[in-house]
Order: sequence, then structure tokens, then C-alpha cells
Amino acid sequence: MSAGRFGRFGGRFVPETLVPALEELERCYASLRDDPGFLAEVEWYNARYAGRPTPLYLARNLTEHAGGAKIYLKREDLLHGGAHKINNCLGQALLAKRMGKKRIIAETGAGQHGVASAMACAALGLPVEVYMGTEDMERQRLNVFRMELLGAKVNPVDGGSKTLKDAINEALRDWVTNLATTHYMIGSVVGPHPYPTMVRDFQSVIGREARQQVMEAEGRLPDYLLACVGGGSNAMGTFYPFLADASVSLIGVEAGGRGRGKNAASLGEGREGVLHGMLTYVLQDEDGQVAPTHSVAAGLDYPGVGPEHSFLKDTARARYVAVQDDEALAAFDRLAREEGILPALESAHAVAHAIRLAKTLDREKILVVTLSGRGDKDVQQMAERKGGVR
Amino acid sequence: MNRIEKRFAELSSKKEGALIAYVMGGDPSPRLTPDVVRWLVEGGADIVEVGIPFSDPIADGPSIQAAGVRALRAGATPASVLESVRAVRRDSDVPLAAMTYYNIIYSRGVPDFLDAAAAAGLDGLIVPDLPVEEASQLAEAARGRGMDLVQLAAPTTSDARFRAIVDCSAGFLYLVSLMGVTGARGSLGEGALELVARARRHTGGRLPLAVGFGISKPEHVRAVTGAGADGVVVGSAIVDVIAGSLDDRPAMARGVSSLVSSLKAETGPYRR
Repeated sequence: MSAGRFGRFGGRFVPETLVPALEELERCYASLRDDPGFLAEVEWYNARYAGRPTPLYLARNLTEHAGGAKIYLKREDLLHGGAHKINNCLGQALLAKRMGKKRIIAETGAGQHGVASAMACAALGLPVEVYMGTEDMERQRLNVFRMELLGAKVNPVDGGSKTLKDAINEALRDWVTNLATTHYMIGSVVGPHPYPTMVRDFQSVIGREARQQVMEAEGRLPDYLLACVGGGSNAMGTFYPFLADASVSLIGVEAGGRGRGKNAASLGEGREGVLHGMLTYVLQDEDGQVAPTHSVAAGLDYPGVGPEHSFLKDTARARYVAVQDDEALAAFDRLAREEGILPALESAHAVAHAIRLAKTLDREKILVVTLSGRGDKDVQQMAERKGGVR
Repeated sequence: MNRIEKRFAELSSKKEGALIAYVMGGDPSPRLTPDVVRWLVEGGADIVEVGIPFSDPIADGPSIQAAGVRALRAGATPASVLESVRAVRRDSDVPLAAMTYYNIIYSRGVPDFLDAAAAAGLDGLIVPDLPVEEASQLAEAARGRGMDLVQLAAPTTSDARFRAIVDCSAGFLYLVSLMGVTGARGSLGEGALELVARARRHTGGRLPLAVGFGISKPEHVRAVTGAGADGVVVGSAIVDVIAGSLDDRPAMARGVSSLVSSLKAETGPYRR
């Protein structure tokens, strides 16, 4: 069995041609992950460029109206680019430079990882090409233009369902052709080893900061951590520094879409399978064909999930629930009006479950919800739902 | 010795390379697949590789991706492809290998899938997203049913990995001639001939070598067989003929057979 397992999940299910490149990446990352110089560089960019640390904000109005546990928001929406994605992109771009790679490729669904890749690569002087399904390009035209403004080349992907999973397929095909010069900057805790581990490490800054901040504010650890899960990188980054703290319950919130069979809840409704180089829970039909997914939040619209989440589910260290489209939309409205924060529709899923949960708990209990991104990208979609921009 | 191993032995005694011809099962329709296999054999294919379509074929280029989409749209399933294999097997002894992605096998369950594959008359399996570290269980289970799990080696494969791959592979060793995905290319991958020589040092002749990815023309077949490969795999070029004659079955039959026979003409007898 190969390296990079979380229990039986994870691994490296890729064409032989790619294996040596993954081994090289694994070696380079292993030599740098504890290197003080490298870590200082990552921290410098996180602080000066991306705007870390992000605040931990006690949402008083939301807490009061929910009428139960205290709800804290970890404000990743305040980062440069408007989402947690930049944490990973800066880390991988710095790593790629150390590896001497001259070209970066990335995939994107909603466009958030594509935009963050374009930003990090512009800042570090690396050319970047972003693969994006034509269906997603249509839905997220503004992000396509943002990437282009930032100097990235956007490559349309017309295969399969023309969405995120197909963009990943196409990026893998590019990588296998251009291994020597190119680093593939995967945007979530998915893919073959070492990506799930490496991306989780770069995102763990979320949980490390939250841990310190909640200790400062409350003098104790929180009772619950909540985060939305598509591929699962903001959730993994939030959970990881708390894994050993048994008193902290971890809750991942998946996209329940429009209900049974029309969602992106890989952990809730998927079966074990192999997709994009990893063994994990996958939404698939009885023959093993990967199923079409649906979520109002494009960033959650993915039929697989990071293998470490599959492991946390099976070991019951974390619990995974689903929030449907309408409930996420209601949470979006509520956070906007009660706290003056437009959350990304992805993050609104976590907020929705936090409201649900807080109601059932005493006032002394503490919830920390990761607000993975801001909702500006979703304003157009919200406007259309509410009958158009006047 | 199963049909694949026997076929390589026969060809080697005649100083001939094996032409391994690929078709996507269910392309353009599940009903037609047994006929397509027959055209390949009539054209001179020594071994036939039948694809089981998968929704996310990361090792495949545009031609085979499109063939997979056509097959899935036409209703092809793993079961329908195995049914086609069974139909071919009723009146043919041609060695048959299936090429598919691991999720198709894993999803059904390894033992269950292999039982069905063996019962249908398959002799081997090629699973391009299952590198040697992940392959031991499937390789052993296949062996127990008289089937070969064919491993792949690439230009980037290190010597240490080569040894493990050769040890694990059965039937033949599939050499990926270039850095990239499947698809017809104008010229042979730069490292293809060197890869054959390297592989030969590792196998010491114990395992036949077949070169694939990008092989589409008679001159590629000649060059690769001349350099010491025991076989070539041609896929996308055949699939392209099918794609170009979807509405004209007689033309499809003629096109497939004549391409295959033009390639087979270059497999020997070789002089080395």
C-alpha cells in the first residue's frame, strides 16, 4: 500500500507517468514543511500580502436571535481575494519556486481558487494557466475576467459535465504532459498524495489562529467547530489543530442541494470509490460512474471529498451533516441583515447549521464557524433570485 | 499459460510483433462492439483490448474521451461490455484484455468484478490509474483466476520502480511511449525506443514488451518492433476511424480492417 493514507483512504491512484512527479513533490515538501526559512516566508506572505491573522468575531446579533450558544465567526472572508483559498496558493507558489518550476497550472470550479492562484502567481512572478469547465465559465463570468485581469490564462474545458471535476481531469492531463516544468496547484485537500496532507497543512493556519483567539476571548476551547465541506480544505484547516482535543466536536457541513439525489453530499450519500487519484467517498451510480452533483454554491459542487474527511467520518471523530440550498440562502440573508456580512454561499451552509445547532444548546456553549469566503461573488446570483437588479 | 501469454509465445517463435488493437466497448453502440472486435481480428489484430467506459478518464486524450462519451450515451455499462466479450468469445479464441479505470472495478468489488470478467472470457486487465503500489491485491486476485494484470511503465519510471513493476506485471509490460495522454501523434515519442531498451534490461526477456500511447502509423509500428518491442498498442487511431464513419457501417468496417492490416503488415518478421 502506498504512502499518504488516512486509514484506508487517500493513496495515490494515478497513471505511472505522474508517480515520479508526486514523489518529487512529496520529497520537496517533506524537506520544507519544518524548514524555518520556508515557514517564515509563508508567514510573511500570509501576513503582509493576504492579511493574516483574520479576526475571530463574536456574532452578537446572530447569537442573540438564535437564542442559545455563542457563535463566533472565523473571518477568512476578510482575506485578500475574499476567501481562504489564498492560504494554500501562497504556500504552493512558494514551494513551486523552491522546486524551480517555471509554470503553474490550476483548476477552478466557482473561480475562487483560480483567482487566488492568479493572485499568488502574479505576486511571485509565476505564469499560471487555470482550467475551468465551460459551464462554470458561463456561471462565473466575472471571476473569469478577474483571473484574466490578474494575468492568468483561462483554459476552457468542454469535456464531461464541463464543471470542476472535468477541470481537474484536464489539469491532470496537462500535468502529465508537462511534468518537468510545471507545478499543479490543486485547490483543495483532494487528489493524490501528498496533496491532501500538504493543502491541509497550508490551511491549518485557520485552526491555529482560531485556537489561540478563542483561548484569549473565552479562556477555553470551543465546544463545536463548524465549516462547510466541498473538497473540504477550509474545514480540514479548521479542524486539524483541534483533532487531539476530544472535547471539541467537529462538524462538516455538506451541500444538501435540492434533496436526495440532487446534492453534493459525498460523505452523506456517496460510496467509497477512487476519483482524482484518491480513495474516498464519491457520489457515483451503481456502475461506478461519477454522478452529476448539484449545489447552489458552486464551490461545494464536487462529487468527491478530501480523504482525511472520509477517515474522520469513519472514525466518528467528525460528524457530517447536510444543509439544503434554501436553508443556505436563508442563512445568507440572515447574516447579511443581522451582522452586516455577506457570506459566500458555501460558507452560508456552515452558518445555517450553526444557527440550527446553537438553538439547541445552553448559552455557555461556544461555537466557532469558519466563514470561508465573502459573498460578493454571489451578489449577481442573489439578485437574480430576488427578481433581478433594479 | 493463458491466451495472451500463448499468443506472445507463438508470435515470438515466428519473429513477429503483436498488434494489440483497442476499441472502446459500446462505441458507437453496445450492440456493435462484437462486430468491431471481429473487424479488428479480420484486419490482423493479435490481441484485442476492449475499453470499459468511465466518466473521468484522466489518462486519455480527446479521441478516447469522446469514444467513452459516445459509449456511455449509447447505454454502455461494465455489464454490457462484458456481454460483448462473452459474445466474441463464443466463436473466437482471440486474446482479450479490458482497459478501464480502477473505480469501475472497486465500485463493484474486486472479487466480484474479476469473477464476472473471467466468466465472460477476458484474459487480462489494464488499469491505467492503478500504479504498482496499489496493484498487488488486484494482481493477485486476477492471477488466481487465470487473468493477467498488465502494468504500465513510463519514461519517468525510475530503475527501482521498474523492478517492482516488472515483478508485478503479467501477460506483458505496457510501455507508455511518451509524457502525456493517449492520442494519435504524428511522430513517435522521443524516448520510446530508449524506453524499450531500458525495459529489456529489467525484464531480461521474461516478459513481453508492448509500446502504446501515440502509436498510430505503420512507420511507428516498424520502428518500435525493430527496436525490440514484442508488441504495439494502437487505440486512438482506430477510435478515430470509428468516429469518422459513425453513420456508415460498411465504411466503418472497411476503415477499421484496412487500418489494422496496414499496421499489422509492419510487425515482422523482424530482423534483430
